[in-house]
Amino acid sequence: MRNIISALVLNKAGVLARIAGMFAARGFNIDSLVVGRTEDTKLSRMTIVAIGDDKVLEQIRKQLDKVIDVVKICDFADMNYVERDLMLCRVHTPPEKRSEVVEVVNLFRGRVVDVARESLLIELSGPEQKMEAFVDLIRPYGISELARTGVLAMQRGAQAKRRRAAKP
Amino acid sequence: MATTKANKRQDRSAGRSCKGKTGAQIFHEMLLGEGVERMFGIVGGAMLPIFDVLHGSPIPFVLTRHEQGAAHMADGYARSTGKVGVCIATSGPGATNLTTGLATAYMDSSPVVAFTGQVKTFLIGNDAFQEADTTGITRPITKYNLIVKRVEDLGRTVKEAFHIARTGRPGPVLVDLPVDITATKCPVEPDLAPDLPGYKPPLRGHMRQIEAAAQAINAAERPLFYVGGGVISADASDELRALAEKGNIPVTTTLLGMGAIDEASPLALKMLGMHGTACANYAVQDTDCLIAVGARFDDRVTGRLDSFAPNAKIIHIDVDPASISNNVDVDIPVVGDARNTLSRMLERIQPRDRSAWLARIDEWRRKHPLRYATQGHIKPQEVIDILGKLTNHNAIIATGVGQHQMWTAQYYGWRRPRQIITSGGLGTMGFGVPAAIGAQFGNPRKTVIDIDGDGSFSMTMVEVLTAVRYQQPVRFVVLDNNYLGMVRQWQEMFYHRRYSAVEHPCPDWAAVAEAFGATGMRVFERSELGDALKEMLDCEGPVVMHVHVDPDENVYPMVAVGKGLHEMDLGKLA
Ligand SMILES: Cc1ncc(C[n+]2csc(CCOP(=O)(O)OP(=O)(O)O)c2C)c(N)n1
Ligand SMILES: [Mg+2]
Repeated sequence: MRNIISALVLNKAGVLARIAGMFAARGFNIDSLVVGRTEDTKLSRMTIVAIGDDKVLEQIRKQLDKVIDVVKICDFADMNYVERDLMLCRVHTPPEKRSEVVEVVNLFRGRVVDVARESLLIELSGPEQKMEAFVDLIRPYGISELARTGVLAMQRGAQAKRRRAAKP
Repeated sequence: MATTKANKRQDRSAGRSCKGKTGAQIFHEMLLGEGVERMFGIVGGAMLPIFDVLHGSPIPFVLTRHEQGAAHMADGYARSTGKVGVCIATSGPGATNLTTGLATAYMDSSPVVAFTGQVKTFLIGNDAFQEADTTGITRPITKYNLIVKRVEDLGRTVKEAFHIARTGRPGPVLVDLPVDITATKCPVEPDLAPDLPGYKPPLRGHMRQIEAAAQAINAAERPLFYVGGGVISADASDELRALAEKGNIPVTTTLLGMGAIDEASPLALKMLGMHGTACANYAVQDTDCLIAVGARFDDRVTGRLDSFAPNAKIIHIDVDPASISNNVDVDIPVVGDARNTLSRMLERIQPRDRSAWLARIDEWRRKHPLRYATQGHIKPQEVIDILGKLTNHNAIIATGVGQHQMWTAQYYGWRRPRQIITSGGLGTMGFGVPAAIGAQFGNPRKTVIDIDGDGSFSMTMVEVLTAVRYQQPVRFVVLDNNYLGMVRQWQEMFYHRRYSAVEHPCPDWAAVAEAFGATGMRVFERSELGDALKEMLDCEGPVVMHVHVDPDENVYPMVAVGKGLHEMDLGKLA
C-alpha cells in the first residue's frame, strides 16, 4: 500500500540524515522523500511516500513522531488532498515523430522545454497516476533520460487544519 | 518522567550571566546548574579548553582507562541512582570508543549525556587530525545528538541535552563540541531557554484508556503483570506493588525489571522469557489478561510470537508510543508514564479474591523450582545464591553478559528497584566492571558487586585500575568456567557440541588484581566458598575474587529460539 505522510521538521543541519537514517535502520521502504522550505523559515516540510501495510505505516508514523526534530506529522490516508510530482523527461524524437509526441504532451498539459534535432525535453507535473500514464504512452518512442522530484502533497480546503503545533 | 523522585532538583543555572565567558566556562556553569556530581572520561586535544575549566572545579572528574569504561560508568551511575550520568571524550578515537557504551544505554533507555570534543568548525569535513563524524556515527545509537557550531547555542544545547536524556523514555544524548567553540568568548547574553518544539514526551495516560484497562483487569480471572525497565526508570515500583496487592495480581519481570517487586512476595514470579522461571512462563501462557508495563515484548521475552500469551487480552502501558503494538497486537494501549498511569489506575482496581489462580501458580512454583546440583565442581548458581543470602539480597549487582548474567537474574533474589545493573537490550560483554564502578560512585555507602564472567571481565577489567585509584570498594566476582559459556551452551544444544572458538583460558585473576593494587582472592573448592565470600564482603576492597566454577553447567529453563514459552526445556534436574 502506498501512503503519503508529510512532516514539519526543524530546519537545521542533520535533520534529513536523521530521518533518512531512521528509515534505513528500521527497514522501512520509501518511494520518495522530498524536503523543502515552508512559509516559516524555522521549518521545512518533508513529504514521504512510503510503501507498506497498515502496521508498517503505523510504525513509520510513530517513529517519525518520536524524532525530536519532527514538530508535526500529517498523514493523508483518509483525507482529500492534492498531490504533485514534477518530471523532466528526454524523449527520442526523430523529426517525423515530433508532432505526434507534442500532441501527447499537450494532452497531458505538459510543456516542451528544450528541442534538439533528435529529441525533446518535456516537463510535466501532476499526481502519480498521471505521470505513469504519460510515461507508458511515451515509452515506445524511447525515453533516454528521466528525472522526477518526488511527491508533494497538501490537504484540500482553505486552511484545512491550522498548525498549532508548528508554533515554536 | 519529568519529575521522577530521583530527578527532583532545582535549576541552579538560573540568573547566571554567560556573556563574555568562553564556551568551556558556559559548559561548566551549565553542568553546575544541572547538579552534575561527577563525570567520567578521558582527556584529549579537542577537549583542552573544557579540561582547563575542570581544573579546580567542584565537580570531580574520574579519569578512566578507556572511553568505553567511561560511558558504562556513567550508565551504571545513572541506572543505580536515577540521575543523569555524564561522560566525556575527545574527538575521533575518543568519540568512537564511546559508541558501545552509548548503544548499550540507548537499548536500555538509560539517561546518559556524553560530551565529545570535535576539530575546529572550519576544519570539519577535511579529514583533520582526530576527526570523526561523531554525530553521524552516533545518530542511530542516541536518543538525540547535536553539534554546537556557535558559542551562543552552547548553554541552551547543554540544557536541552539533560532535559531530553531524563524525560519521556530516557536515553543517551551526545553533544559534540568543536574546540574553537569551547575556546571562544560568547559575545552576547545567550538565550538559555530550551527550544524543542518537536519534543513533547507523553506523561499522563489517557483517562479513557486507563478506565478500559482497569475494567479489563477487574473482569479477569487470571491477570498477570509483565513488568520491564520502564517501571524502574519511572520509579513506579511502589505504585506497582500497591496495584498488585490490591488486586491479588501476580507479577513477572523482565531482566531489566528485576526488583520492581520484592521477590520475597508471594505475588512475585521472577523473570519470564528465554531463561525465565517455569511458573512465570506457564503463567504467561495461561493468563487471561496480560498487563505489560514499561516492557516492549522483546523476542527474548516472548519466544515464538504466535503462541505468546494465547489466551490473554493484552494491555500495554508505555511512555513510548512506538513500542506499543510493535511486536504484538495490543488490545488496550495506554501511552503514558508508568508511575502516573499506575497511580491513577489504583482506585479503579477492585480488590478481588484470586486464590485459585495464585494456587495454580504456586503449584508450578513448587513443582519446578530453580535448582542446581551441589556435587562436583562449584556451581556458578551456588555462588550467586550464597552471595544473595550473605548480602541480605540488598546489594547493587552489576553483571557481564552470558550464562552468569542469567544465573544472577535467577538466583540473587531481588528486593528493590535499581539493584540490578545489566546490559539487557544490547547484551554488552564488558559492561559489568565499569558499570559497577559507576554504581559505587553513585552509592558510596552501599555494597556493590560485579558478578562477572571470565570472558566479559576480560573485556574491561583494565577499569579495576580506576576502582583502585579512586578507592571504590567494588567486589568483582569472576565466575570462571573457562568458556565463553553462553555460546558454548548454544553450540552444545544446537550445533552438536562442535565447540568452536569458545574455550577461554584465563590468567590468575587474583594475581592480576594484586598487580593492579586491588585485593586478589581465588576459590577452587566448595568447602572454601562460603568463608571466602564472607571474607570478600568484609574486606576493604576493591577486591577481585576468581572463582573456578563448573565449566559444563548450562542455564535452565531454556526456551529455544522459535519455541513458545510453554515449550521450555526445564533441564536435567527437573
Ligand atoms: C561485546 C560482545 N561480544 C560478543 C558477545 C557474544 N556473547 C554473548 S555471551 C558470550 C560469552 C560470555 O562469556 P563469559 O563472559 O565468560 O560468560 P559465561 O557465559 O561464560 O558466563 C559471548 C561471546 C557479546 N554478547 N558481547
Ligand atoms: Mg565464561
